[in-house]
Amino acid sequence: MGVRTPQPPLSVSLHSGRVVFGGEALFEDLDMTLVGGRWTCLLGPSGVGKSTLLRLVLGLETGVGNDGETGNGGLVTCSDGGEISGRAAYMAQRDLLFPWLSVIENVTLGSRLRGERDGRGHLREQALSLLEGVGIAANAEDRPDTLSGGMRQRAALARTLVEDRPVVLMDEPFSGLDAITRLRLQNLAARLLKGRTVLLVTHDPLEALRLGHRIHVLAGRPARLDIPLEPEGAPPREVDDPALLKLQGVLLKRLAEAAR
Amino acid sequence: MRAWRALIVLIGLLVIWQAVVWLTGAQDWVLPGPTAVASAWIESRQLILGHAVWTATEILAGLVCGSLLGGASALSMAYFRPARRWLLPVLVISQAVPVFALAPILVLWLGYGLASKVAMATLIIYFPVTSAFYDGLRRTELGWLDLARTMNAGRWATLWHVRLPGALPALASGLRVAAAVAPIGAVVGEWVGSSAGLGYLMLHANARMQADVMFAALVTLAALAITLFFTVDALLRQALPWQPESAPAND
Repeated sequence: MGVRTPQPPLSVSLHSGRVVFGGEALFEDLDMTLVGGRWTCLLGPSGVGKSTLLRLVLGLETGVGNDGETGNGGLVTCSDGGEISGRAAYMAQRDLLFPWLSVIENVTLGSRLRGERDGRGHLREQALSLLEGVGIAANAEDRPDTLSGGMRQRAALARTLVEDRPVVLMDEPFSGLDAITRLRLQNLAARLLKGRTVLLVTHDPLEALRLGHRIHVLAGRPARLDIPLEPEGAPPREVDDPALLKLQGVLLKRLAEAAR
Repeated sequence: MRAWRALIVLIGLLVIWQAVVWLTGAQDWVLPGPTAVASAWIESRQLILGHAVWTATEILAGLVCGSLLGGASALSMAYFRPARRWLLPVLVISQAVPVFALAPILVLWLGYGLASKVAMATLIIYFPVTSAFYDGLRRTELGWLDLARTMNAGRWATLWHVRLPGALPALASGLRVAAAVAPIGAVVGEWVGSSAGLGYLMLHANARMQADVMFAALVTLAALAITLFFTVDALLRQALPWQPESAPAND
């Protein structure tokens, strides 16, 4: 994939995260650490604020009332002392492909938005090889609406990878897909995002157990993070791994606790 | 199939028209029948077509001016906060004053020629184009904006690469409305004061009790307006192939 200087893994920490939504604190004084080069997975009942937490780390708006008055926010620091802005890529549940651009144009969107010139076609070359990597190189010139949901999400993954950022934050990226496509994309993501610091918000315990190095359950109001589960073995773990299935029981219990 | 339906509707309307003429026994100078109008059209086709070209020019020029002006207004309102505060009231006022009431003033200022009619058509389509486009620019898919933000896009780049293309379907519906109402502006302008155009021809024929010529001019105007609408519609479809058709195929 071209010449790339390998980046040292970057750890990201959130200190005193706080989001108030409709007069009620979703979470308050919340600390979270994303260990460098590792996958951190975030589970929890719907509405607990998983996505909001991800958005807070990413510096995106966290909903109504985010006007400074409520003091929504938190301190996000990186292990090298730098800022997170410009070093985190985002992937959402919906592919967010622009319907008026071809797949390859979508994949190279970031550089177009930043006004960067693709002088010698390096970017295009790199994008094509990434599309090859996610298995949709043949569709590079197609419009997104001609692709299936799985292929669209592959394109979104390629767009995330082209950004080549040390931190990747994903908000239920595979939840709209059928079971088999989801497993394939999990494998693909685990392989292609190896060595990067990843935060994966998901509602699928199996997905978290296959991909995560650390798995948190976010629960309560204001929400707290529990002591993470740390499954053994390198991701992506096999779905029929007995150790994994045993942990799934533990995790499901934690989730059931959290939903009460 | 579509062409057949249009043809059947057309024939049906002609039959009803003729039936009304027969049943009421209307005089030729009140309501001429389709055949009388057709023969009047053939007789004075050069006169009618000449005036039609004039009216078409007014409509097209108005459409271009109004679209450009409306597009620029919507874009600046979306990008500059002060523009939003100052232009929005102007936009509302431009709609609160009946545009037809302005026609005499426009003729007074801009004369009997092309300019006053173009101004009239421009005024009448300015609002639908601006409001539709501005609405589209404000309703950008939030996920796209989040994505652009994480990619460190500036305000201008976000407007140009995300919000503008995302608002094109909304602009297209504004332009369709514009294509439908622009002829009204031009013809009203002609009625108030002009020396050419289908509206002028109708007034002229009316004064001489030439009802058949009046109807021939009216039919020509209708054909012009319909052609304009469907041409604009087809061009917009061509230009935005990615725009999803929301109506289900079996609707």
